[in-house]
Amino acid sequence: MTTHSKILDSDAIRRALTRVAHEILEKNKGVGDLCVVGIRTRGAVLAQRLKDGIRQIEGTEVPVGILDITLYRDDLTLVSAQPLVRETKIDFDITGKKLVLVDDVLFTGRTIRAALDALIDFGRPAEIQLAVLIDRGHRELPIRADYVGKNIPTSLDQNVKVILEEVDSRADEVIVEKRQ
Amino acid sequence: MTEWTHKDLLDVKDLSREEIELVLETAKSFKEVSAREVKKVPALRGKTVVMLFFESSTRTRASFELAAKRLSADTINISIGSSSLSKGETLLDTARTLEAMNIDAIVVRHPASGAPDVLARNLKAAVINAGDGCRAHPTQALLDMFTIHEKLGKIDGLNVGIVGDILHSRVARSNIWWLNKLGARVTVGGPSTLLQAGIEKLGVRVSYDIDEIIRTSDVLMLLRLQKERQENQFLPSVREYAKRFGVNRERLRQAKKDIVIMHPGPTNRGVELSAEVADGEHSVILDQVTNGVAVRMAVLYLLLGKGKAKVEE
Repeated sequence: MTTHSKILDSDAIRRALTRVAHEILEKNKGVGDLCVVGIRTRGAVLAQRLKDGIRQIEGTEVPVGILDITLYRDDLTLVSAQPLVRETKIDFDITGKKLVLVDDVLFTGRTIRAALDALIDFGRPAEIQLAVLIDRGHRELPIRADYVGKNIPTSLDQNVKVILEEVDSRADEVIVEKRQ
Repeated sequence: MTEWTHKDLLDVKDLSREEIELVLETAKSFKEVSAREVKKVPALRGKTVVMLFFESSTRTRASFELAAKRLSADTINISIGSSSLSKGETLLDTARTLEAMNIDAIVVRHPASGAPDVLARNLKAAVINAGDGCRAHPTQALLDMFTIHEKLGKIDGLNVGIVGDILHSRVARSNIWWLNKLGARVTVGGPSTLLQAGIEKLGVRVSYDIDEIIRTSDVLMLLRLQKERQENQFLPSVREYAKRFGVNRERLRQAKKDIVIMHPGPTNRGVELSAEVADGEHSVILDQVTNGVAVRMAVLYLLLGKGKAKVEE
């Protein structure tokens, strides 16, 4: 049996992302040299939304890319299944850029570690910042987010599910499930 | 959800349609890796891949080696002249010796059809057939599929002409099979001495008229005239072959305007096709080479996953 509880609804997600977009602009003092890269799959959707948010605030397009970190996972030899590799699409030079890396949930930090390794193979950004929709704690690596949509204290037996319309074809929400 | 359950890749015929699609989809991602400034990802770090080649090869071997290296695997090369094989060791003993050094995969090319299967049955390491005799060349088949799909967006319903030395060609054998399976209509052509009797049973149309094949094909696959396998005088002369079956600009005028011309290489310029066709706008010969690395990366990645590989959608 599992118990669900809804932590964020679509309005709350929209407001959180709008705030994060503002924070990104505030911290970087505008859009100069700024770019956004989302981690597949849901980070990529959020990156696109942040880009749209930044355009609405500043009226400027920032480059947006998609990063697939499968090949950089540190558990590739441990997982019993070889995960599907999807395309990475970063069609601009990240060297010298202020790069905002975007993911849906920050948990152990291992995904971000893999993403950092992958990004370094693409170039040398001036700076990499991290934006996440949910920070659920339980870090296993010295990694923290610069922008957080919402902090959710969780226990290890819980699952955080982010539902996004572009991927899941239903209204946005964030749910915490408890496995029993 | 497609499950990848194979330990080895011996023949494209062993793959289901879904598995073929999985390889091609994975290869698409790997093509992007080869286009990067830093052409290396750590996915197969710590794995060892051995190239065991009993026949000469430039592109297949270089392609496999680059594929393995771009995935961070270590590679070694063993070719017949410089190995204990020339001292009389059997194929299986050589392979077992290598396996005792804890290698993870063997890429094998051998003049005897079925040699890779013998290795596959006896080894725990993954075995990849890089061409065995006149039988199969599965990664060539996969890279051809990938290239056609990339250029024309589909395979189903296409007219594909395969012209040349069908008799000796493992590429033709592999390709006829998957083209039929994926819904293409195949016409084979060439001198009757280089077409095996009863080839129609493979589900192909036979035509001895190169001009007719050129007119009707969406894709034209030219095969190399294998001079090393012509010991029985299959042809009066190479020149006559070039005259009757060679594709040149003149002949190509009657083709569909977006015909795709493929050749597994190495090409005999002036024999199967003229230089201006090989370098012309319809030729995808170099795309095939580029895609070959991506497809082989995909195959290595899928085969060297620990245990049974499984992919979630």
